[in-house]
Amino acid sequence: MRNLIAFIRKYSFFFLFLGVEALAFYLIFRNNHFQSASFLNSTNEVTGGVYTKYANLSDYLHLKEVNDVLSDENRRLRDSQLQSFERLFGENIIVKDTVFKRKYLYTKAKVIKNSTDRQNNYLTLSIGSKNGIENGMGVIGPNGVVGVVKNVSDHYTSVVSVLHREAKISVKLKKSQYFGSMQWNGEDYKMIGLKDIPNHVQLNEGDTVVTSGFSSIFPEGLNTAVIRTFEVPEGENFYEIEMQLLNDFKQLSYVYVVKNNALFEVKALESGREEIDD
Amino acid sequence: MIKKVISYPLQFILFVLLQVLILNNVQLGGTVNPFLYILFILWLPIETNKALVMGVAFLLGLSIDVFNDTMGMHASACVFLAFVRPSILNILAPRDGYELNIPPTAGGLGWFWFLRYAAIGILIHHFFLFFVEVFRFTDFVDTLGRVFASSIFSLVLIALAQVFSSNVEDKR
Repeated sequence: MRNLIAFIRKYSFFFLFLGVEALAFYLIFRNNHFQSASFLNSTNEVTGGVYTKYANLSDYLHLKEVNDVLSDENRRLRDSQLQSFERLFGENIIVKDTVFKRKYLYTKAKVIKNSTDRQNNYLTLSIGSKNGIENGMGVIGPNGVVGVVKNVSDHYTSVVSVLHREAKISVKLKKSQYFGSMQWNGEDYKMIGLKDIPNHVQLNEGDTVVTSGFSSIFPEGLNTAVIRTFEVPEGENFYEIEMQLLNDFKQLSYVYVVKNNALFEVKALESGREEIDD
Repeated sequence: MIKKVISYPLQFILFVLLQVLILNNVQLGGTVNPFLYILFILWLPIETNKALVMGVAFLLGLSIDVFNDTMGMHASACVFLAFVRPSILNILAPRDGYELNIPPTAGGLGWFWFLRYAAIGILIHHFFLFFVEVFRFTDFVDTLGRVFASSIFSLVLIALAQVFSSNVEDKR
């Protein structure tokens, strides 16, 4: 017993190191769960406040780029508006006001923190649960998918970026409607991989890839990336595809959080199906 | 002495803010990121209690983590640095040991000593940090490349910080 105490005394610094290191790794693993709620992060009121102040300052430096992106987006929206179409024939307008029901609701949000240099990247937005943001909502930028809401506090939201090694987004080819999943390999923030496209599909460089809408998080058909390179590894049945993201993640200043009004219904339906499977 | 004790918390806050607000936005080629904040651990007086250094290192890493959403990664790397710091100091010790109350800076022990001390500390910290971040050894060479690239970047910054702080010391 005396020897044991002497031993522990002698190596007390080493045991202290093991203890503190174990605590650090406990924190790492507890936070590694993809959707796990965590309390110490940048949705925190203190760190969120610091980032908001900083974003207010640094916003001025990016005004030009933000304006370019916004005006481009406005042009696209104007393009698709009814006023820009000419009627070719017929005099009466049919108003089908019970045919359409609003499915997706968008909330504008400012990005107060963003990163692209890590293996698992996150964004922090300046709106939170008081603005109606909930866990699991989708986040889109001016040019397609940005990420999924992971954590919400009263005034801040933490978003798992598409540039996260564990983040998988369901997408499809715009032309042929074949679907696959998009996942980042942690290297270049402009490029992203696409998997699960069978090798008999005809692909071309520059093909557009859009959201599939399967996950009920993002609306269907959002342009998200274009194919740059593709190949079939020997002995495989699926393509290995590298795509270029349309959003420039280093320049994101404003994003939109998407709320799906039908989500509850879809989830209830799908969970009911699982019960039947069991 | 009292002045020094008070100045450390201030330094702590300054290093954290400098790291998360400015240096985290500095990236060469997308993935190379400098980490200046570990200079706080390197600069702690040589006689500081080892356990205290470890506790402070944990808090410092945790503060960076809280801002970065990288829970525990920087904390674990800093704790490891605090663990090996006494050994580094031992290896680099002059033949007749350190003089009492001499600071582990370029001003106190010379540029040659400080650069070796900082380089070893940075390499150990970055190696630990980057491998904890990817958490696998498959892309070993790739990750090692990132460790060295970031280490060089950090060393340059730490040397610069040392130059500026030495000037302040001289003027006093």
